[in-house]
Amino acid sequence: MMRVELVKRPQHSALFSALSPFIALGLTLVAGAIMFSLLGKNPLETFYYYFIDPLREMWSLHELAIKAAPLILIAVGLSVCYLSNNWNIGAEGQFIIGAVAGSILPVLFPQFQSWIVLPLMLLMGMAGGAAYAAIPAFLKVRFNTNEILTSLMLVYVAQLFNDWLVRGIWRNPQGMSFPGTAPFHEYAILPEIWPAAGRANWGFVFALVAAVAVWFMLSKMLRGFEVKVLGQSPRAGRFAGFSAPRMVFFAFLVSGALAGLAGISEVSGAIGHLNEKLSIGYGFTAIIVAFLGRLNPLGIVAAGLILALTYLGGEAASISVGLSDKVVRAFQGMLLFFVLGCDTLIHYKIRLVGTPLAKPAEA
Amino acid sequence: MRKTLLSLAAAAAAVALGTVAAEAKVKACFIYVGPIGDFGWSYQHHQGALEAQKELGGEEQVELAYLESVPEGADAERALERFARSGCNIIFTTSFGYMDATNKVAGKFADVKFEHATGYKREHPNVATYNSKFHEGRYVQGVIAAKMSKAGVAGYIASFPIPEVVLGINAFMLGAQSVNPDFKLKVVWANTWFDPGKEADAAKALIDQGADIITQHTDSTAPMQVAAERGIKAFGQASDMINFGKETQLTSIVDNWGPYYVERIKAVIDGTWKQQDVWGGMKEGHVVMAPYANMPDDVKKAAEETEAKIKSGAFNPYTGPITKQDGTEWLKAGEVADNGVLLGLNFYVKGVDDKLPQ
Amino acid sequence: MGMFEAILLTIATAATPLLIAGVGELVVERSGVLNLGVEGMMIMGAVTGFGAALATGSPWLGFLAALVVGALFSLLFAVLTLSLATNQVATGLALTLLGLGFSGMLGERFVGMPGIKLGNLDIPYLSDLPVVGKLVFGQDPIFYLSVILTGGVAWFLFRTRAGLTLRSVGDNHGSAHALGINVIGIRYLAVMFGGACAGVAGAYLSLVYTPQWVENMTAGRGWIALALVVFASWRPWRVLAGAYLFGAVSIGQLHAQALGIGVPSQLLSSLPYLATIAVLVLISRNRRLTMINTPASLGRPFVPDR
Repeated sequence: MMRVELVKRPQHSALFSALSPFIALGLTLVAGAIMFSLLGKNPLETFYYYFIDPLREMWSLHELAIKAAPLILIAVGLSVCYLSNNWNIGAEGQFIIGAVAGSILPVLFPQFQSWIVLPLMLLMGMAGGAAYAAIPAFLKVRFNTNEILTSLMLVYVAQLFNDWLVRGIWRNPQGMSFPGTAPFHEYAILPEIWPAAGRANWGFVFALVAAVAVWFMLSKMLRGFEVKVLGQSPRAGRFAGFSAPRMVFFAFLVSGALAGLAGISEVSGAIGHLNEKLSIGYGFTAIIVAFLGRLNPLGIVAAGLILALTYLGGEAASISVGLSDKVVRAFQGMLLFFVLGCDTLIHYKIRLVGTPLAKPAEA
Repeated sequence: MRKTLLSLAAAAAAVALGTVAAEAKVKACFIYVGPIGDFGWSYQHHQGALEAQKELGGEEQVELAYLESVPEGADAERALERFARSGCNIIFTTSFGYMDATNKVAGKFADVKFEHATGYKREHPNVATYNSKFHEGRYVQGVIAAKMSKAGVAGYIASFPIPEVVLGINAFMLGAQSVNPDFKLKVVWANTWFDPGKEADAAKALIDQGADIITQHTDSTAPMQVAAERGIKAFGQASDMINFGKETQLTSIVDNWGPYYVERIKAVIDGTWKQQDVWGGMKEGHVVMAPYANMPDDVKKAAEETEAKIKSGAFNPYTGPITKQDGTEWLKAGEVADNGVLLGLNFYVKGVDDKLPQ
Repeated sequence: MGMFEAILLTIATAATPLLIAGVGELVVERSGVLNLGVEGMMIMGAVTGFGAALATGSPWLGFLAALVVGALFSLLFAVLTLSLATNQVATGLALTLLGLGFSGMLGERFVGMPGIKLGNLDIPYLSDLPVVGKLVFGQDPIFYLSVILTGGVAWFLFRTRAGLTLRSVGDNHGSAHALGINVIGIRYLAVMFGGACAGVAGAYLSLVYTPQWVENMTAGRGWIALALVVFASWRPWRVLAGAYLFGAVSIGQLHAQALGIGVPSQLLSSLPYLATIAVLVLISRNRRLTMINTPASLGRPFVPDR
């Protein structure tokens, strides 16, 4: 009987840190080639559409930025949560409430048109997301309620609340009774970065800024140290004089605010009005992005772009070689499995024990 | 290095592409909001697409491409742009939520024709809109329901309060009232287009509260199965669901998009495509009733007569006198509702036992 | 059949898949592993259960196939998280993605086909008793199995030596390992048990609840099952209570609508979630009690040092 055994490396392997994504990609390509061949598709052609075609044209790169921006923004915030051992999985809800709170000005006060509207909207979006994230934080600190559950349940509540708003009191009177608010006025629209080349908006810039800021906080500031210490060992954190309850609030508020910013950026940038179709799972996909990026904000930028590419590539492959969207999703899942599995190499050596043929895989 | 890799891959792809048979005359592309395996809305659109391809000479004449489960936000715009750039000549966007994206992308690609289902914006000359008068079928169902129901109460599983759904509820009620003025209609909003479990629960709740006919404006076949289990009758939705209730389905409103897709793709081939706004019904063959079943002959006869009346254009289900739910008069005797009002309908007619979510 | 009785039956049907998947996940979490892939495993169970029943004509074989496939599918998760020590949250989410994709691929040919329904029990005389007859003696066999499963798991976890071992692995894998317990081996078994349960829960949807196959037919029930485990503070009978409470509120809101009360349906639809939060807050106020029940090693990877 063959057995896999992990041997912890004395320190993490820089070599594999750099190499593991490529090993993962290689394995994914092999597995993907088998899957595509079985489905009667030419693997080379499929891979071309999947990974290269979306990167060939400027407009498509802009689309990549649009798709990646909310994922990165949310995942960066989540990294603070997860590093400090706060399991916020309700970012989707905070995303929605951020979008709703940010939409208050253009929807309720459409006559208020000034350059100040957009900055206010973004701030209100962040405040809304943070306030919604404060609920599970408060329940955790005050009543010791498990935050995984409360944050998840609040996602459904947020979806229904938004649904009620855009079908009811916020519905566009000129919208033929269809759900959705009236289109935002021009001062409430998040501008495109470079309109001549494509439609990517400033949301992507926010994402990059947030990633760098949080990276700086985590690696260079005392607060970042506090996050990690409390996350790894609450006891040690207490001895160091850090407050665990304050950290719960800090982590939830940061991630809520960033999710809220993602929400209002999506609404005022990519869509242009608030509707009920806003929530398509960015908050959940961002959890994967956070871990793919190894909870490092800069890694998260790369992970967000890669995951966004799998969506765009999946689409291109669907159109060009008729790959069904189920295959695309299964392929995404496979890619994630391989990436996660290969990351093990960074911290561990893998040995196969028990078969005479297996030699220890030395790094 | 990267450059060589790129060109290598491009070459490989070119070789692969070279094996594709001779160029088709037209490339028709479809974007669906759900999976084509939903056996409901998206499934029927896809059936229409396949029918059009077959009708117009198969793969050599019409190249088909489609995307399933495309969310109705930023993703739709990207998907449409990719379609337009990949050489589609005509693109069908088959859900209301694609309206803004359709018009935006249409503005950028003047040579590509866009056909948006169920919307009302045509901001560029290359955008047409189309929809079906499903409510004509609902009226026929109402007639059947009132004749078949012993309790005089039907249960209606609704999805979301948009005009199309409200139109259906009202038409059903008007049809039923034409037979039995005291007919009662209970409505449950499932807040989903598609969740078999929840739809089944809703059907059970309606039956437990006394409904003995079930009709639905959600996509799954679950309510039909529940009705079969409880031994009552039901109406199908979107597709012919007779296989899910051989002794249960009275009829079903079948979304028949095929004829429209044939006509429009052919127009592109012939170069005669023009912007239009079509709201086809039974007359145009866009709304088809599945075979009447599980009912006595006199009911069947009444149903067929009603259907014939609507089909010939002699009768519009929204013909006065019609009173609103609050008791005020909407249409005088003989007055026919304006299409514009119908397309934005947001109130019930008298007798519906529900408060319309506003 | 009275209305009250009918409502209870509807609630039981709605609660059963949540209960089965929840109890399975409870065992997984008690061993210290958090598998967020319940939705993916359920949908795999739903499609294989449907397919196997269709191919063989027997819903029981459908359930058996779903059980096996659920366990095998969870093995993927086990290999990654247990043997390769990957992050459990991310791996679980990836498993869901994979399951939704694969099930769609496998199920393409089943669309539009009516399934084979597993019939209800019908015991002469007993099933015809007033009020309790249908409720106690006239439901589908899986309903009874779900209750037995709950009791069995409760007994196993708290009354047997093996259960104690499993809990000790979840509470402190370091000490368990030091005592010579095979931590990884036990977790493998627990994860596969959870996968088997999720598979059966999925097949319940496609063979009993709504006998048909459509893509995404689990519609988020795997997530609810996960929430129930936490809600139940890792106690099997509380999962049952939670599943029935959730079912009751979901069905109740549909009835409230059918009665024609003028409350926004969105508010009614959000009641199950708000109720879950409220009950959870009430339960977790007793800090000491929840601390005792929470598996302390939950979600932490374990790699034996030698």
